[in-house]
Amino acid sequence: MLSARADRWTLWVVGIAALLALPILTVFATALQPAGPVWRHLVDTVLADYLANSILLMLGVGIGTLLIGVPTAWLIGVCEFPGRRFFEWALLLPMAIPAYIIAYTYTGLLDFAGPLQSALRETFGWTRHDYAFPEIRSLPGAVVMLTLVLYPYVYLLARAAFLEQSAAVLEVSRSLGAGPWRRFFNLTLPLARPSLIAGMSLVQMEALADYGTVQYFGVSTFTTGIFRVWFGMNDAIAAAQLAALLLLFVFALLVLEQLSRRQLRFHPTSARQQRLPRLVLRGRRGGLATLACAMPLLCGFVIPASVLAVWAARTMPQMLDERFLRLMANSLLLAMGAAGLILVLALLLGYGQRLRPRPLVRLAVRGASLGYAVPGAVIAIGVMLPLAAIDRNVDGWARVGFGVSTGLLLSGTLVALLFAYCARFLPVALHGVEAGLTRLRPSMDDAARTLGASPRAVLWRVHVPILRGSLLTVLLLVFVDVLKELPATLILRPFNFNTLAVRTYELASDERLADSAGFALAIVLAGVGPVILLSRAIGRGRLEP
Amino acid sequence: MSKPSKLGVFFFTLWLVSGLLAAPLLAADEVNIYSARKEDLIKPLLDDFSKQTGITVNLVTGKEETLLQRLQSEGANTPADLLLTTDAGRLAAARQAGVLQAVTSESLTQHIPAAYRDPEGYWFGLSVRARPILYAKDRVKPTELSTYEDLAAPKWRGKVCVRSSDSIYNQSLVAGMIAHHGEAKTEAWAKGLVANFSRPPKGGDRDQIKAVAAGECDITLANTYYLGGMLSSSDEAEREAAAKVAVFWPDAQTTGVHVNVSGAGVTAHARHRDHAVKLLEFLASDQAQRWYAETNNEYPVNPAIPPSATLQSWGTFKVDTLNVAKLGELNAAAVQLMDRAGWK
Amino acid sequence: MTSFLELSTLDVAYPPRKVIRDLTLRMSRAGIGCLLGPSGCGKTTLLRAIAGFEPLRRGSIHLDGVELSRPGWTLPPEQRRIGLMFQDLALFPHLNVTANIAFGLYDWNVAERRARVDELLKLVGLEEYAGRYPHQLSGGQQQRVALARALAPRPRLLLLDEPFSNLDVALREGLAREVRSILLREGIGGLLVSHDQFEAFAFADEIGVLHQGRLLQWDSAHNLYHRPVDRFVADFIGQGVLLPGRLGSNGRVSTELGELWGTPPVDCTVGEPVEVLIRPDHIVRDDASPLRAEVVERVFRGAEFLYTLQLPSGARLLCLAPSHHDHAPGQHISIRLDIDDLMIFRRGGD
Repeated sequence: MLSARADRWTLWVVGIAALLALPILTVFATALQPAGPVWRHLVDTVLADYLANSILLMLGVGIGTLLIGVPTAWLIGVCEFPGRRFFEWALLLPMAIPAYIIAYTYTGLLDFAGPLQSALRETFGWTRHDYAFPEIRSLPGAVVMLTLVLYPYVYLLARAAFLEQSAAVLEVSRSLGAGPWRRFFNLTLPLARPSLIAGMSLVQMEALADYGTVQYFGVSTFTTGIFRVWFGMNDAIAAAQLAALLLLFVFALLVLEQLSRRQLRFHPTSARQQRLPRLVLRGRRGGLATLACAMPLLCGFVIPASVLAVWAARTMPQMLDERFLRLMANSLLLAMGAAGLILVLALLLGYGQRLRPRPLVRLAVRGASLGYAVPGAVIAIGVMLPLAAIDRNVDGWARVGFGVSTGLLLSGTLVALLFAYCARFLPVALHGVEAGLTRLRPSMDDAARTLGASPRAVLWRVHVPILRGSLLTVLLLVFVDVLKELPATLILRPFNFNTLAVRTYELASDERLADSAGFALAIVLAGVGPVILLSRAIGRGRLEP
Repeated sequence: MSKPSKLGVFFFTLWLVSGLLAAPLLAADEVNIYSARKEDLIKPLLDDFSKQTGITVNLVTGKEETLLQRLQSEGANTPADLLLTTDAGRLAAARQAGVLQAVTSESLTQHIPAAYRDPEGYWFGLSVRARPILYAKDRVKPTELSTYEDLAAPKWRGKVCVRSSDSIYNQSLVAGMIAHHGEAKTEAWAKGLVANFSRPPKGGDRDQIKAVAAGECDITLANTYYLGGMLSSSDEAEREAAAKVAVFWPDAQTTGVHVNVSGAGVTAHARHRDHAVKLLEFLASDQAQRWYAETNNEYPVNPAIPPSATLQSWGTFKVDTLNVAKLGELNAAAVQLMDRAGWK
Repeated sequence: MTSFLELSTLDVAYPPRKVIRDLTLRMSRAGIGCLLGPSGCGKTTLLRAIAGFEPLRRGSIHLDGVELSRPGWTLPPEQRRIGLMFQDLALFPHLNVTANIAFGLYDWNVAERRARVDELLKLVGLEEYAGRYPHQLSGGQQQRVALARALAPRPRLLLLDEPFSNLDVALREGLAREVRSILLREGIGGLLVSHDQFEAFAFADEIGVLHQGRLLQWDSAHNLYHRPVDRFVADFIGQGVLLPGRLGSNGRVSTELGELWGTPPVDCTVGEPVEVLIRPDHIVRDDASPLRAEVVERVFRGAEFLYTLQLPSGARLLCLAPSHHDHAPGQHISIRLDIDDLMIFRRGGD
């Protein structure tokens, strides 16, 4: 439509999006083949369970993260109370703990054979049937575990939304006679709704994709079902169909989210906004606020990290060798590289969409965003199949054309692994990039263009510096996600290449929890640094309009 | 972009390139392994092999299903020379999928009894694990126990802890039951067993043993090496729990104790076939077999090597003579049967 | 001589709606023009089309004889050397005043860039604010930064999209005049978009009235006021009323105010009902005149009163009169007409 040169953006965006959607398209393509008799069996026996458990898990984690994330975000963003500055960043710490690891630690602690129940039995002379203790390895247990490590996403977005709300609006409502509770429920909350929904949907997608926790807790969900059908019943096609069903479910969720956001598109009202004076909480109310923030931190980080530390204390000395350093370096570099790559791709897609807001581009970008809810192992297979096909074809051409074999160019290399990370974690990055870009008025782009900046220069010279805070947030979120990622890493990594997560898994799945604790702790500690950086970056990012 | 990030990009590129080069470039003196055995349970042996032969061993570990998938999708281009799994059923499936090749080796046929290898040499068992009944010493008398089938009897109501049916160990056990008793009888048995559960299935084998020790239930099914591992654990609580539990070898008069093997096969498109065979022979050798027995409390396939002292202390047992390949064939049927029986 | 900016038979559309229809305009070299129209008339779209942000459906845009746009081809904005000053200014919040101004001088060498920035800082009187960030400046100062930034790369043409509308009236006209003199001094053509005719009068030599995507008239301020081409322009520019009458022969129109003479539209026939445009300055207070009207409303304007008068028929007129005479509503005054060039329009038509 515009000049041919400018239209390259459309090509690039659609091309990149199509590439990233390749794993998912592979799943759909597999799902289109006729399945064996397994479906009849699934419908008769376990499908209803999968559905019910998945939905309950999703709803439970959604509600749970809102219940923790929103009040803490409000307290931190709007109030002043003892310890606020500390909690501001400390509340993000649980993000550094992989869900399956928190599940292991709490099971070790609270299980029937664990120290707590054993101590109770010994102290009171109880036996098994004398008392009721909530079972940790259950659906509610899984909801609690996932909530504890996922609420920071909601907290992060909710806090930003509360901070952005203009003082003027709240003052007007005050002058109209609204009390603090009515203001919170009728104004603060609805205004923050787009951010809350965005945070909740991220969390729900993550919960849907979880495998480690639910599998360990014996809760059958869609995800465990996919693996069971695929590996246990040896039916890859039926497994792909289950995965496709899950994807359709997520797609519906995403469409709902988009619809709910469309009606609530708040552009920032004015360039300069007055910050509200903080609501000072003293005495008992201050103490309650401190307690409210301390609880999630305690349960989501302090307790599990301490348990890990106690377990690891015994094995730490043998663990700290050259091999450990190599694992650490692999994990950190892989996570950094993937985070950087994913950020650049998300910027390209987000900016391309801003530049060319046409249906084709939008659809392509949405299509590339489905990966987040897909279990990592499914993505990994979706990456493996097309890459192997590419390798085969290139090899075939090379043999025919040049008489040489190129072998495997992509499969079994870090490229395959990075590809899987991109397909899986791009949505997280895209979410943040899009949110940042919508806050920039289009006139900013146009002004730069009339001053001689090409579209690419606008991105690098205007958007990136202004959105530095948001982009850093995205970078660190993805970094922590990749650091924790297990299934795709396990399946796609090259020879002689291990990461902390893989090592933790190998030991834990061999039921050597004590031995795995040191490596798990290393993942947590490697994630803590970025999380602290993250919150400081957000603190500095206030320049943004 | 600021200078530090440029530096970062540079180092990342360097590392990425080194990572790409780490992928085997068809060097002559090496052998590449896809292993479903955990790194800790194979790497020391591989290091020994390298030391003795000068052949570099490249290893990638993973779950057997995904490794098999990887082999299949890579086809003729696969870099893998040897596939190691922890389950004979998977080896049989790999042979069926056409990703293995037949190997003839005098050393192998000599060291490994026929029951533990493919008749045509597509794969070879390397270690044996048994899944007996474990019971609480203080609450159960061994005379009360007899067979796997007996676990479904009403007298055990509320006293059995079992791992989830997602576990390959249980799937394989049930597949063995189907082979011996037929599907209908096995399903009735599974239903009876589910009725005896003291709590919904969860956790791993060690968790079952801990639950028995703590009194949550009285009997369970677990692989021997888990109990052995707990007895030599660095965690005192694990050692204490393991001490409260004893092994019972079921079906001594009938079909025998359920066993499965871990093993390996040379891939169909192996580029280092000779090295792979050499490595296989090494893994079946006395030295390696002794390591399996002593380090991981598995039963060696090589009859010349005695089991570890711990294993010997639990006594001898009758081994189920069913060909382990049969377990793979019946695996899907077993999973569906457990679904129908309500075994989570 | 070729004209400076030339728009020929433009159509611009946001499908399915055509926003600009069949628009043709010629601006003379380094002249200063203004597009005037109510909101939604398409003036901002036209400006964006000239800047290169909107593709054309039909027609072409030339600057200095070189084609910039035609259907299916648009020279990207960054290659046009056309500056644009935005209503919301769009200053870069992460850059200080100096860096904002220097943004468009990216490929200049350091010395030249520094000299140019200094020159502009001086031009807009912000030397002391060079290191400040946009949010540390007042509205007027931000306006000046935006102007300096747009002028820095020496554009051939500066487009201004209501950049003064956020300022109060006093500041607005002053700044408009200031920008005009800067543009003239720098030899840069200017095209302003506005809905405020006084801003347009203060700024531009030539003004176009835009309505529903059509350019109705492109002319000097004087002619727009005194010789509007149609009823819409007459109504939109200045104040006045359209008084009904009937067309006689030789351009004679009989109205309630008596017989008037003018040039009727070519397609009007004798005896047809018409309207004549009566501006406030066409009506002079004259005690000797037999024409009398009742004062209905008066607005004090300093030197003058603006009276609303009512004729016996109920028709109303506006009248500007020196403020040393004061007539309260309800009084009757005598008036006389003083019209050089009577504008006659068909009644009810355009």
